[in-house]
Amino acid sequence: MKTWKEVNPGAVILEPGSARKFKTGSWRAMRPKWIEENCIHCLLCWVYCPDMSVKVKDGKREQFDYDFCKGCGLCALECPGKKGQKAIVMEQEGN
Amino acid sequence: MATPLTLKELSRKEELFTPGHRLCAGCGAPTVVKMVLLATDYPVIASNSTGCLEVSSCISEYTAWKIPWIHSAFENAAATISGVETMYRSLKKQGKISDEIKFVSFAGDGGTYDIGFQSLSGAMERGHDMTYICYDNGAYMNTGIQRSSATPFGADTTTCPVGSHIPGKLQQRKDMTKIIAQHGVPYVAQCSPSHWGDLMKKVRKAHEIKGPKFLNIIAPCNRGWRTQSDDAIKMAKLAVETCYWPLFEIENGVTKITQRPREKKPLIDFLKPQGRFKHMFAPENEWMLKAAQEHVDAYWERLEKEEACFAPPAPAAAEAPKVAD
Repeated sequence: MKTWKEVNPGAVILEPGSARKFKTGSWRAMRPKWIEENCIHCLLCWVYCPDMSVKVKDGKREQFDYDFCKGCGLCALECPGKKGQKAIVMEQEGN
Repeated sequence: MATPLTLKELSRKEELFTPGHRLCAGCGAPTVVKMVLLATDYPVIASNSTGCLEVSSCISEYTAWKIPWIHSAFENAAATISGVETMYRSLKKQGKISDEIKFVSFAGDGGTYDIGFQSLSGAMERGHDMTYICYDNGAYMNTGIQRSSATPFGADTTTCPVGSHIPGKLQQRKDMTKIIAQHGVPYVAQCSPSHWGDLMKKVRKAHEIKGPKFLNIIAPCNRGWRTQSDDAIKMAKLAVETCYWPLFEIENGVTKITQRPREKKPLIDFLKPQGRFKHMFAPENEWMLKAAQEHVDAYWERLEKEEACFAPPAPAAAEAPKVAD
């Protein structure tokens, strides 16, 4: 923790998006698991994720960002999956 | 050129709201902010009044924002951004700046409906070129779920607790969207993150209009609503489908419903999953369910009538054959 003499005047933060240095993955009790073969790359999980923890490259979904995922399970609930098979399932963390 | 509104194309954009913010797991607010910033293709400057979003997205040396962002007190987010916008106009006039910049203010329902109302009303009246975005989670969630004037009828909060004296909040919520529309501003709209396309279209439309704009966006809060951590989007969708949160816009005084639910679901579908309405399902509180449903029905009916007033006239019917007299 910086003292008042070390912070910028007015407590201005000069580095945009510095929250990326603060990892929130340790909050997680449930862990989302991505099942690639059931994924239709609709990217709904990406747009709905409150923690920007779904990585996407060139319009294709990639692995979760477990550094930040808080394990809310929103993506698993909204996942349409393929032929009734979800592409995201929640598992107990630490198993 | 504007990015096409498809998730594939939007996913190529730089994220302007980063993870590492300290909002609860499954919160609706970051999704709302993310969608607003994704839809914006201009450089944008934001002010943010005190609330969950503000205290959790900027703690000490960590900020989740990649845009110029100004923290405001509870009551003056609209006044702050008004000042910034005025300075921008002055600098533009002096030829010191040439970029087209958009100004946005984020606030919760407490900072919009209650504490920030006077500064918001003033900014709307003065006609600043700005977009005010309220993420409405229906109570002061940041300080531990106290009632606000956006809290729906019947909800259990810490300042209208269910007990032997009262069965939750006894007043109906304030209709902020229409109150701002009554300021005569060019554009107000109500949106939901569950309908991301509709939300982003409205944000884009707002940016293209000159003058003050107001967007009211529902942002489910699983702690305050007493729901599961994974159902923010599901609850937002139910709010739209039950017409508790109709999606409409008022452009220059003309009302338009932008998403009409295929089938209007009964309000209990929205109330039942929420722990804050649990007491309303007790046999002695049946009147509350009825009162809540009646309020939603009346609002929806009025909205449909308002829309019908401005609907383009139906094509003239073929002239009736003249009856010989």
